[in-house]
This record gives sequence, C-alpha cells and structure tokens, in this order.
Amino acid sequence: MPACLELEAAFTEAWNDTTFVDEYHTVLREFAGRPTPVTPLTRLGEHLGLRIFAKREDLAHTGSHKINNVIGQTLLTKRMGKRRVIAETGAGQHGVATATAAARLGLECTVFMGEVDTERQILNVFRMELLGSRVVPVTTGSRTLKDAVNEAMREWVTCVSDTHYCIGSVMGPHPFPWMVREFQSIIGQEAARQLLEFGVDNPDVVIACVGGGSNAAGVFAGFANSPARLVGIEAAGGSAVGSGSPGVLHGMRSLLMQDEFGQIEEAHSISAGLDYPGIGPEHAHLAQTGRAEYYAIGDEDVIPALQLLSEKEGIIPALETAHAVAWLAREAGHAIPSGSTVLLNLSGRGDKDVAQVQAILRGES
Amino acid sequence: MKSLERDLRALRDAGRKLLVPYFMGGVSENWTEHVEAAVLAGADAVEIGIPFSDPMMDGPVIQEAALRALSRGTTLDSICDDLVRLDVHVPLIAMTYYNIVLHYGLERSAGKLSSSGISGAIVPDLALEETEPWIAACDDTDVATVLIVAPSTPPQRVDQLVATTQGFAYASARMAVTGKSEGGGEGERVVRSIRRSSDVPALIGIGITTPDQAKQAAEVSDGVIVGTALVQTILNRASASDVESFIREFRSAIDN
Repeated sequence: MPACLELEAAFTEAWNDTTFVDEYHTVLREFAGRPTPVTPLTRLGEHLGLRIFAKREDLAHTGSHKINNVIGQTLLTKRMGKRRVIAETGAGQHGVATATAAARLGLECTVFMGEVDTERQILNVFRMELLGSRVVPVTTGSRTLKDAVNEAMREWVTCVSDTHYCIGSVMGPHPFPWMVREFQSIIGQEAARQLLEFGVDNPDVVIACVGGGSNAAGVFAGFANSPARLVGIEAAGGSAVGSGSPGVLHGMRSLLMQDEFGQIEEAHSISAGLDYPGIGPEHAHLAQTGRAEYYAIGDEDVIPALQLLSEKEGIIPALETAHAVAWLAREAGHAIPSGSTVLLNLSGRGDKDVAQVQAILRGES
Repeated sequence: MKSLERDLRALRDAGRKLLVPYFMGGVSENWTEHVEAAVLAGADAVEIGIPFSDPMMDGPVIQEAALRALSRGTTLDSICDDLVRLDVHVPLIAMTYYNIVLHYGLERSAGKLSSSGISGAIVPDLALEETEPWIAACDDTDVATVLIVAPSTPPQRVDQLVATTQGFAYASARMAVTGKSEGGGEGERVVRSIRRSSDVPALIGIGITTPDQAKQAAEVSDGVIVGTALVQTILNRASASDVESFIREFRSAIDN
C-alpha cells in the first residue's frame, strides 16, 4: 500500500509537469511511431453498409497500443529514481513492449509469464530475451496471465525500493487503472482530431476489444464527452461484464469471473490477450452506468473476422482486435444501424497470431 | 477488548513466548487432527487458512496447499463444519483473502467464524484504508481483526496500524510472501517500531522456518508464527505425530 501511495504521488506530480509530458510525447513521436494514422476502411464499409474508420494502433512500435503505456511508465520509473521494471504478460505483447521501452531507457527488466503461455508464445519469449530482459516462467496456479500478475505482485513486494511494477492494463490497485488510462488516452485524443480531417465531428459508435481494457479505455477517453456509443467487446470465455460478478482481486474491486464461493475462474479464449478473468474497474463502472456497452464474441467468430479484414482491407489484425471486427460484422444493420459512422480501435497487428491461425484453418487445433 | 487479545496478553504477561502454527483448512481429510497434535505439543493459538484460488501474499507452498484444499471442495462453511469436531482450547485465527468474506457477506462470515469458535481474522489483501467495513462487521462478534506491519511500513502508518489492530500485531520479518527465509530478517526492527506506540502482543512471522530462527525471533518479540515450513511437511503427508514432534522442537527452542 505505501508503494501505491508513493506511485500515486509521483504520477500526479509528473503528469502535471510539462517537462515530463513533453518527454512522453517526444519519445512516442521519435521512437514509437506516433501519431498512428486513422485509415478509412472503405471496402469493409461498403461490404457492411457502414462508414468505418480504423485507429491504427497496429502500426505503433512493437505492433500494438501497449507501447503507449510502457513508455509512460518507464519514463516515470526513471523519474522515481528506480533502476528496474517488472511486468506480467499473457500473450507476450505487453512483455515485449516493456522489454522494448526498458532497453531504450536503460532499465533492467524482468517479465513474468505463465508457463503455459511461454510455451504457446515461444517467439515472444525470445524477443524479450533479445531485448535484454529476463523472462520468468510462472509455474503456480493455472500458469497463465492471472498467475503472472500474482507472481509480479509477489516480486514487487520484495523490491519496491528500486523496482517499478509496469502493469499492462487498466487494472490492479489505484493508481494503476487511472494512470494506464491516462497514458493510453492519447489514442482517443489523436483519433478525435484525425476524424475531424475526414469531416467527422462525432462517430456514432466507438468500438474496441476488451481484456483488462486498456486499448478501449484509451480510445473511449477521446469520446467520453461526445454522444458516441462506446462499445467494448469481450471474449466469450473471458467475459467479466457478461458473466462476472463484483469481487476483489489483484488490489481492485471490479467485475470478475468467479464461482459462488469467490474463487476466481480461469478465462479461456482463442486470444491469450483476452484471457483475463477480470476487467478494469472503470469499465465495470461504465457498464454499470450504461455509458459504455459490453458484448461478447465466441472463438468461432474470430477467425472469419480476421480473414474478412485481411481480405477487404489488407490489414491482418491481432486475434484480440478481431473480436471487435466480428461484432461489427455481426451487428452491422442490426445493433449498428446501416449508414452509421464507426471508429474501430485497431489495437494490434496479427503477425504474432498467424501460426496459430494457420493451424486452426488447417484443422490442426 | 476481544478475547484473542486478552488471552494472548495473559500468556505473554505470565512470561510465555507465544507459538502460533498455521494450517490450511481442509487440505486433507484429517487436518483437524494435525491442529490437535500441535496444541498438544504446546501451540498457544492456531492460524487456520481458508483457501483462495489466488493467494497473492503467499508463496508457492501455501498456494499449493490452498489448491489442494480447494480440489477437495473446501469452503468457509466446510471448514467451520470441521471445527465442530476440533477439541482444543486455544484461540483460533482465520487467515483468508477479502474476496472470500466479501462473497460470503461480511457480517455473515464474521458471525459464522465467531459461532464456529474463531476469535481472530487476518485478511492480508485488505489495506488499512479499506478495513472499516470488515471491522464493523466483526463489531458484534468476538472476531478480532489482526493487521500486518511490514519492514517498509513508514512510522506514522505503523502507529495507525497498531492503533487499529486487534488481538495482536503481525510483524512481517521480510518484504516477501510467506515461505521466503533467506537472510536474517527484519522482525526485530518491526517489533521495535510497533513497541514505540503500543504494548499489544507482537508476533513475528514470514520466513520462520527453523527452530533456531524461531528462538531468535522470540527473543525480540512476544512470539512467532510458523506457516510454510509446517505446511510443507503436511503436503509431504506428515502424520499427526510428525506434526506433534515438529511443534515440540519449536516449542523447546523458544522456551530455552
């Protein structure tokens, strides 16, 4: 708890310091490839009877929005005088992003990854090692993302004085959900500005996939005060809003998948990035107030959506992102009236997933 | 003052060093026999773990015990049912995580624990700032809420924790999860920080794995909590008499 209070004070002070904010924007521009473009998805739009724009987080360095948050947190780590970061990762995207930022800023980095995931995502393990990080396979519990979070938190307790825990999503104890949303809100701010260049004052719908919910929180932040419908798409096997209930885990009170006794259940999804049994507390709040809507997509609809975007637009999305595409394809002309203007947050690219997709399409898994 | 603190103070003031072993409730069919053996061998109170799927403050040994207990269908209710057949006359302290009591209902779980003979609760993932609803739920019961003081806790916060804790103050010897025992530990310094503002019984836990470590810790505190080392022997299928010898060794180390 004192560590969280220290972090809250440090982040509050840094985020109000123009020197820090300028440095954050400079690194994002010079190193991470921001601003990422907004691309009109004309052929997909014609196919679905919608006007669709994509915010291209897949074009950010390391292939997803994860870099925005880790640049912010690693800069903060240095500012706090700490020499090391630790992180949890599921599919490996946040781990690779953290390893990347740590290398760039000269920080030591250790990434905790469930043993099951280290086997599924062996190339990402190697990437992190190439970047000079140490990857620790987590062998406790279900050996997946939630256990990697447990292990990172256990580690953090032992080394708070010189180490920052660079959490990967809008989850965990305060100030993490708030801080990560702030670092990701650049997605929504850029997108709102860029849409104006296409003559779009307000999209009708803003849509993003949701695991813990950081890319959705980031894009929603640019439209929270607009009339746009905000839509988050969960994996059916990791649907904390759709099938969860209120509980406390990892230092946050939110919606969690759990049994009647409060034991946390394991999430199962085709995309490791959505395999988390909880959701960020702000999403739970947005769901409760009705400001944002959350729906679930089953594994079976994900690959066709990935193929659809690939064939229509020349963009292979991450499996996580493909959940949002799948809902768009399903609800065009239904929950989304024909002719609507939609902003899709294209949170990540699919390179990491192509071997898995190939195996599925060949009927091998 | 709730009975836990009264009982522990009376023992302490009579010159006894307190020995508090930890058992995972429901880890085996005969777990209550282990508790009885420990009391026979000189335990002054017993901590009973109510298992949680994601025990963030525990190391791999206690997590393994929790998963084993859960796989046997263990719940807060089943542990309380088992306690009916437990024939001991020392304080029992539940150790669990907030989601378990939150789901059961705060007042309902406080009442259930109390009526099952439990007089204390440790909920390590409940920050000081969030303890109020739980302590209020325990108000009408004899369940004392035990708080943990860590080596990194700033002095002002130590004072707040010590003013709020009931029963005793849990002095964590290490910035670590349960079971880590490298180095000498900082229990003595933590106990001193507790002593600055209170004479509440202060027990050292986290990383007490050998009788020798227990002896050293007891010399600078009111007693020790022994968890992981004991749970490991039980995971290795220790019998009740193995548990009895284990506790006797610790007892004799801290008494001499």
